Amino acid sequence: MPVAYFLVLSSLIFSLGVYGVLVRRNAVLVLLSIELMLNAVNLNFVAFSALFGAHGAAGQVFALFVIAVAAAEVGIGLAIVILIFRNRSSVDVDELSFLKW
Amino acid sequence: MSNSLLTLAVFLPLAGAAVVAALPSTAGHFAVRVGCAFALVALVSGVVAGAGFDYSAAGTPQLVVDARWIPAIDVHFHLGVDGVSLPLLELSLLVSALCFVYLQWRLPEPGRPKALVALLLLLETGMNGTFVALDLILFFVFWETVLIPMYFIIGLWGGVDRRHAAIKFFLYTFFGSAFMLLSFLAIYFTAGTFDITRLTAHAPAGFGGVLGDVVFLGLFLGFAVKVPLWPLHTWLPDAHTEAPTVGSVLLAAVMLKMGAYGFIRIAFPVLPQAAHDFAPVIAVLAVIAILYGALCCLAQTDLKRLIAFSSVGHMGFIMLGIATMTEIGVNGAVFGMVAHGLITGMLFFVAGSLHERYHTRSIPELGALLSQAPRLGSVLTFTAIASLGLPGLAGFWGELLSLLGAYSPGPGLNVVLYRVLMAGGGIGIILTAGYFLWTLQRVTLGRPSERNAALVITDVHALEWGAWAPLVGLIVVAGVWPGLVLGSTVGAVHQLLAGIAQ
Amino acid sequence: MLGIAGAGGIGPFMWLVPGLAFASFFVVLFGGRRMPDRGHWTGIVAAGAGLLLSLWGFAGLATGAEAVHRSWTWFQFPGISVGFGMTYDFLAGIMFIVVTTVSLMAQIYSTAYMRDEPRYTWFYAALSLFTGSMLLLVLADNLVQLFLGWELVGLCSYFLIGHFWESSENSSAAIKAFITTRIGDVGLLFGTFVLFIGAHTFDIAALNRAAAAGHIGQGVLTAGALLLFLGAIGKSAQFPLHVWLPDAMAGPSPVSALIHAATMVVAGVYLVARMFLVFRAAHAALDVVSIIAAITMLIAAAAALVQDDIKRVLAYSTVSQIGYMMAAMGVGAYSASIFHLFTHAFFKALLFLGAGSLIHATGSNYMSDMGGLRTRMPHTFWTFLVGAAALAGIFPLAGFFSKDEIVGEALRAASSGRQITAWIVFASAVVSALLTALYVTKLCVRVFYGEYRGSTILHESPRGMTGPLWALTAATLGAGFLGLPVVGVFRHWINIPGEAAPGFSTLYNLVLPLGSLVVALAGVWVGWQVWARGRFVLEVKGTKLAPLYTFVAHKYYLDDLYLNVIVRPIQYEAARGAYSWLDRRVIDGLVEGSAHITGRVGGALRILQSGHLQRYLALLFAVLVVVAGVVMN
Repeated sequence: MPVAYFLVLSSLIFSLGVYGVLVRRNAVLVLLSIELMLNAVNLNFVAFSALFGAHGAAGQVFALFVIAVAAAEVGIGLAIVILIFRNRSSVDVDELSFLKW
Repeated sequence: MSNSLLTLAVFLPLAGAAVVAALPSTAGHFAVRVGCAFALVALVSGVVAGAGFDYSAAGTPQLVVDARWIPAIDVHFHLGVDGVSLPLLELSLLVSALCFVYLQWRLPEPGRPKALVALLLLLETGMNGTFVALDLILFFVFWETVLIPMYFIIGLWGGVDRRHAAIKFFLYTFFGSAFMLLSFLAIYFTAGTFDITRLTAHAPAGFGGVLGDVVFLGLFLGFAVKVPLWPLHTWLPDAHTEAPTVGSVLLAAVMLKMGAYGFIRIAFPVLPQAAHDFAPVIAVLAVIAILYGALCCLAQTDLKRLIAFSSVGHMGFIMLGIATMTEIGVNGAVFGMVAHGLITGMLFFVAGSLHERYHTRSIPELGALLSQAPRLGSVLTFTAIASLGLPGLAGFWGELLSLLGAYSPGPGLNVVLYRVLMAGGGIGIILTAGYFLWTLQRVTLGRPSERNAALVITDVHALEWGAWAPLVGLIVVAGVWPGLVLGSTVGAVHQLLAGIAQ
Repeated sequence: MLGIAGAGGIGPFMWLVPGLAFASFFVVLFGGRRMPDRGHWTGIVAAGAGLLLSLWGFAGLATGAEAVHRSWTWFQFPGISVGFGMTYDFLAGIMFIVVTTVSLMAQIYSTAYMRDEPRYTWFYAALSLFTGSMLLLVLADNLVQLFLGWELVGLCSYFLIGHFWESSENSSAAIKAFITTRIGDVGLLFGTFVLFIGAHTFDIAALNRAAAAGHIGQGVLTAGALLLFLGAIGKSAQFPLHVWLPDAMAGPSPVSALIHAATMVVAGVYLVARMFLVFRAAHAALDVVSIIAAITMLIAAAAALVQDDIKRVLAYSTVSQIGYMMAAMGVGAYSASIFHLFTHAFFKALLFLGAGSLIHATGSNYMSDMGGLRTRMPHTFWTFLVGAAALAGIFPLAGFFSKDEIVGEALRAASSGRQITAWIVFASAVVSALLTALYVTKLCVRVFYGEYRGSTILHESPRGMTGPLWALTAATLGAGFLGLPVVGVFRHWINIPGEAAPGFSTLYNLVLPLGSLVVALAGVWVGWQVWARGRFVLEVKGTKLAPLYTFVAHKYYLDDLYLNVIVRPIQYEAARGAYSWLDRRVIDGLVEGSAHITGRVGGALRILQSGHLQRYLALLFAVLVVVAGVVMN
């Protein structure tokens, strides 16, 4: 299978993610969109790793790395979202500008 | 043992700050007493150190503590007192201790004694350390240590406009000290050491021409802002006016001296050639400060702001003395520093006590103090008279020696210019008498207004006497017996100027 | 004590006199309120003991004891040495007697005069402080110590002028006195510097020696002497700084008698006397002294003529008489000058205390509220009359001998062809003598003769006040004889240091004084005709003299000039300009302005910092796309 297929799929997913991050108002969905973007990147890593398999598995290692970081990020992100929801009864990111000075 | 006295005098307040911070928040006024105890013990160790001081060798640092601190850049923990630093160290110790006595009488709003006491003790360590540090980096650390507690003292316990004043104070002095640090680094990279004793014993080579002038300019900015020398003074009226009483007292009595001390200890001896080029400029600015401070005092309606501007004028006399580069002038400057510390500290104490009683600092609203509280009025009159330079009281000798130094300045300085400046200082003396007497007339004399007559004005409280009596006594003693200060400064100034003359 | 006297007199112990006064100051200040007498006995005893010691010391000098010079080092370091010491010679001895006598009289007088006034104890403390400071000034052996006493007496004068500070008029007068004299004080300080740098010493005797021997350059000497004289102009109320003294009459009368007539205001004359060889060695200095003094005595005597306030008449009279003393110094009549200082102290103190007695009785300072007091207040009348006659220079009272000696010596100096200034002094002294006789006569007539114009019930003052009046009357009657020609001893006691007494001359010491007596009597006669008999009506309105009268009556517009051209512009316009405009707008404007600009820039940039996460990300992606595009191309 040509690597271009993977790249097209990955860029579609990535664009979906960007769209979600930029437009969705719900913080949970924003986080979900970020996951989409990360997974698009992972797809690229794995695809290129398969393509250049002779040079080792660095791409796959990075994909695993990204999955680990994404898990941590989602954990913290959701924790923050939950705390914000407790305090303000809303997770609408348009209203979340109280860190601005 | 005796060498550790100095470390004790400097760091005991820091230990006190830690102890006070560890107290439970319910400690209340007990924290003030603890702080007072630490400050008094520090004062005692400072006095013992002063008693053991060898006045015949006042030119060399004594009670020296020297340990390697940051070997990579040859920074030492190097403390020591000589004849110039000793009176200033004692002044700092004394005034700090008296501030704690005063705090027992009245805490500034909004209370919170624990935090205030800890900050004041931290401040004291910074001030004491600045006067005894013999390493440029250590000096800088102490110098900056002073800033932060004072920022919070003004910003938290100050008057209505306290935030603006605190930020202005912090940024302005920080602005100056950034340039000072750059100059310190330049000195290190040119002379190869941060050690002040080595730098001043023989003025380092390599600072001829432009480099020396630029490095001096950096030091000048750092020190002149602190003095403050006209036109870098505008943080002072705001900070003084808004700070709580003890803050104003320490600011005026001790912190302003740090700038002038920096000139005497570092700027002039390390860079004699550049100092020689800059001295006339400093002298001109100093005399402008004298006249300008007096004129601004005449325009004031706020008592604390008036005292602040009077400080600008008095520090002008001190800077004029330093800029003469003569033994007479520099001794006069150090004497003037001590005298100004005693007198202006006292003036701010009284201004604070007036505010506690009348709830205003506005001169037109005050009045007839002598009829409502005769003792308080007498103390204010006494202090104002001392401040306008009456012979027999401390304020006189500094002005006398500074002006006499200006009449015949050091070798190579323009005699005509300095004599014109001396005449300017003479006009300043007259104007100073004018604004102080006018202020006394408006504050202490006449009949009480309806508003004031309705107030219950108590006379001086025992704790106020406790905080003031040592200052009043020393103002008289230093005036009658100038040897009290000159006895230690003369040898040290001789040594410093000998280094400059080489 | 006898041993002390035998070993060379009491001289070395004369520091006890100011010492007693200072001790009295502290005792009264800190303990006076708890004493049953409110502290006055302490001051009186100290002054009385001081007077006895002064007389004892002077008797020692007169019987041949050596003058005393002592000096200790106060502080020193390379380049400067300040001493603290004492010089007790005839000049100091005379001043000691004057100061302690008048101080004692003023304090006794005040027990009655100030009895019901506020701050009685503080008043006595201040009088003691003044007495001690004045004696410290007199005893000084160097210029720094002299300056110390000089400023301390100025401070006491400030306190006592403003004693009734409930009224702002009084405290303003006190401030005016302090500031005006301080202008002179700065001159004195700078003169001290000039002489110190020129001769490397503050010691008065050494400076005089060096000046006489020509060791000091002419420029330094002239500058130094003139600057010192500026101090004397301020303190001794000479033109153009005399304006403070008439206003200083806001103080209680005993203060006017002690400080503003007998002692502090003659400190300037004392200074010139102490530094006389310096003044003489400097070419122009004594000429300047003469001219200033001649102007002063004339304008002050004229001003005294048009005043209605009895104390202001006496104040201008004091200014004028100090002008005589200064003028005498200027023409080299050293002994005559000090002799006039000596006699003037007694009769002017007498007049001021007498004026206080009148004010006490009538409740007014103004002659237009008095009149006909001759019979109601006989003690005050007779003593005042003696003082007035002495002031006018009527034989055989003190003023006759001293003032006429000055006139004579001025003519001697003039006719010896030395100085044109001596002629000016002579002319102005004669005219002033006539004016003096006129205003003195006017004063006595308006107060004691005619009908009483006031409204209070009159009574003679109590004994506490009349006693000192009689004592000073005795002194006024007696003092003049010390200076009698031929037999008088004064000129042998006090003379230009190192010189013999000037010889007696029939013309200058006998004929001329008689001539000047004629002038004085003529003045009295004219005054009597005008004010008592109403023979000539002095109506200046509409005549050519009217502008002149207005000019004098407005104090030569000097007060207005100083107030409107110097004081007010500095106090208000310059001060406000410096603070409101230069400080707040320009200098602080730059400081705050830099902060504002930083703030504005930040404000512009913060639009980007909306706080909306999604806008940040959109920006991020936009930039990323642009950068990626640039990189790929």
